[in-house]
Amino acid sequence: MNSALRNTLLFGIIGVLIAYTGVAQSWNTALLILNMGLISAIMALGVNLQWGFAGLFNVGIMGFVALGGLATVLVSMPPTTEAWAAGGGGILAGLLMGAMTIAATVLVIKRMPASTLRNAIVLAILIGGFVLYRAIFDPAVEAVEAVNPAGTGYLGGLGLPVILAWPVGGLLAAGAAWIIGKTALGLRSDYLAIATLGIAEIIIAILKNEDWLSRGVKNVVGLPRPTAFEIDLQNDPSFVDRAAGLGMDPVLASTLYVKLAYAGLFTAVLVILLILAQRALNSPWGRMMRAIRDNETAAEAMGKDVTARHLQVFILGSAVCGIAGAMMTTLDGQLTPGTYQPLRFTFLIWVMVIVGGSGSNLGAVLGGFLIWFLWVQVEPMGLYLMELITSGMAEGSALKAHLIESAAHIRLLTMGVVLLLVLRFSPRGLIPEK
Amino acid sequence: MDLLNAVIALSNYVIIPAMAYGSQLALGALGVTLIYGILRFSNFAHGDTMAFGAMVTVLVTWGLQSLGVSLGPLPTALLALPFGIMGAMALLLVTDRMVYRFYREQKAKPVILVIVSLGVAFIMNGLVRFIIGPDDQKFSDGERFIISARTFKKMTGLEEGLAIKTTQGITVITAVIVVALLFWFLNRTRTGKSMRAYSDNEDLALLSGINPERVVMITWLLVAALATTAGVLYGLDKSFKPFTYFQLLLPIFASAIVGGLGNPLGAIAGGFVIAFSEVTVTYAWKKVAGYALPDGWAPDGLIQLLSTDYKLAVSFIILLVVLLFKPTGLFKGKSV
Repeated sequence: MNSALRNTLLFGIIGVLIAYTGVAQSWNTALLILNMGLISAIMALGVNLQWGFAGLFNVGIMGFVALGGLATVLVSMPPTTEAWAAGGGGILAGLLMGAMTIAATVLVIKRMPASTLRNAIVLAILIGGFVLYRAIFDPAVEAVEAVNPAGTGYLGGLGLPVILAWPVGGLLAAGAAWIIGKTALGLRSDYLAIATLGIAEIIIAILKNEDWLSRGVKNVVGLPRPTAFEIDLQNDPSFVDRAAGLGMDPVLASTLYVKLAYAGLFTAVLVILLILAQRALNSPWGRMMRAIRDNETAAEAMGKDVTARHLQVFILGSAVCGIAGAMMTTLDGQLTPGTYQPLRFTFLIWVMVIVGGSGSNLGAVLGGFLIWFLWVQVEPMGLYLMELITSGMAEGSALKAHLIESAAHIRLLTMGVVLLLVLRFSPRGLIPEK
Repeated sequence: MDLLNAVIALSNYVIIPAMAYGSQLALGALGVTLIYGILRFSNFAHGDTMAFGAMVTVLVTWGLQSLGVSLGPLPTALLALPFGIMGAMALLLVTDRMVYRFYREQKAKPVILVIVSLGVAFIMNGLVRFIIGPDDQKFSDGERFIISARTFKKMTGLEEGLAIKTTQGITVITAVIVVALLFWFLNRTRTGKSMRAYSDNEDLALLSGINPERVVMITWLLVAALATTAGVLYGLDKSFKPFTYFQLLLPIFASAIVGGLGNPLGAIAGGFVIAFSEVTVTYAWKKVAGYALPDGWAPDGLIQLLSTDYKLAVSFIILLVVLLFKPTGLFKGKSV
């Protein structure tokens, strides 16, 4: 069987699985799986850039995805004018103060020769800058958070169309990736993994605690949408007529219509990114990346700047994850910092890339759809399995209750086992790299 | 100005908690650094190994408590600790046989082993949640305080109290014993010496007839003991919750890297550096400053550098600074 046929078949199977969900469960569920599958495929593409092209291990995908989510709020929510008046200037001045302190420190370290005097100056700048920063920043934050804390209590966004948030999310994630890459690349490969693990946890901590920025655990709800609202469609006589013409209930038709609109937008983004990634893979740049991945020393001897190339591809991959994160928050219509968990947003994406085939863009997309489908459908299956196992036990026994209650944790185990099995027995994945 | 009270307040809120936390981190970092020295990869499953060992200990503790066994003023968990260690040893040996050995024989790149260890971490995490559930579990018993704030105030007549929790005392004492045993083993016994030789120069060690599989096995056994002890002490001091152990990974890695990966002495020093920075940066210094400064100078604010929600950021920033300026760590670790 040649590879084109095989790939078509594999994607065909995914299509059948989703269609079967539509027939057997409901078309709303099927479209939900499809939409999240599209987003997962984009995240997997980003990670494949880093791992498949360059062999960089990123354990902080969750953080970059969350930054994308933050971008959605910052771009699309209407600004809270009262809060800006109360402390917006102070917050900006405080942030500027912080940035200037860091810039001054870097400048002194770069320009002055190493000496005790230099260390003393650096320390003085850092302490003085920090005190000033807190003195400007703290009162402004308090003022902002005091503005109608139950409804807003944050600065809000720019009130721009939500689609703009997608590239901005990519930019935010790229910025964070630059900081991490600058420090951890060029050292042992493990250090990048540890540094990304750290930045992800810290980004989530910031989203949870900086109420002036993201409302913290109070969540931002009611984000603007790029598509119509269901209720507007249901009140629109021409839409109701057309739905009736198709023989459909207007409520069902409107939910499906909105989901299909999202699916169209997401597909467009995925196709653009996939074409770009394919062209990158087959370009001289892509060949150079793979050469560096396969033998760093040889590539370096040929005059390639390994650390700089690594930094480049690390930033690109993280930006793609940021875009996907912004799209996901747009689809959810809310930013809920409490729900970001490493299992769901880092580990699951890794399983997608490895199962799909590391180094192959089509593989990453396939893995994204397949693993997302399994992730959604394994939980009811696990529960069913547990009920089957415990069916022989006495009703009301403690063990039975415990087993059924723990069925939810089976997903975690399953995904770990899937990853290890694929790595061991089929390390090239479903669609291997050519 | 009241220096004595300032010192007491400082000990009560900063020095004693940081000593206990530092000992827990040091034990965790020792495990990470041993694996790095012998098997040459960063083990992302270490936090969940701690959770698994601690979980077995918790279950055995509950069993002993229901049988009416107790250690009097000491927590029963100390009696259960050996069982926890044996459980973790069994788990790690099985994992090594089923997972890691294959990649060792293939001479796979370290980054592959790191990915594999992440997979192992999630399986272990799933096991722990499956068996004991994701919630908080209490398993400490016995006397709560070695010395409580009230008795201290009565004894000394000072304004400030000094409380030492039993768990804090036990943590520090256990850590000292474990570290002493470990260093005795590494420096004095034949097996320990062969481990160090293997870590320093693998080829030379193989040439001189050291059996690598035996070295690896002993390493996993030591790591199981260290991880379980660290996990149980942390659980006794705070409380046992499966998810927190994955979050402990960052401070533990930071400790091991600050000290120099692969260097046991460095791991201990790193643990205390991280713990003391974390506690001092997130502590509100108002009270201590109020005593230490002359009258009327006391500041109005809390003088808290960072809110406690950001304690992870402290270990992260220290990690970044070390990577930027001294990637081999304070004590000379393995190659960069």
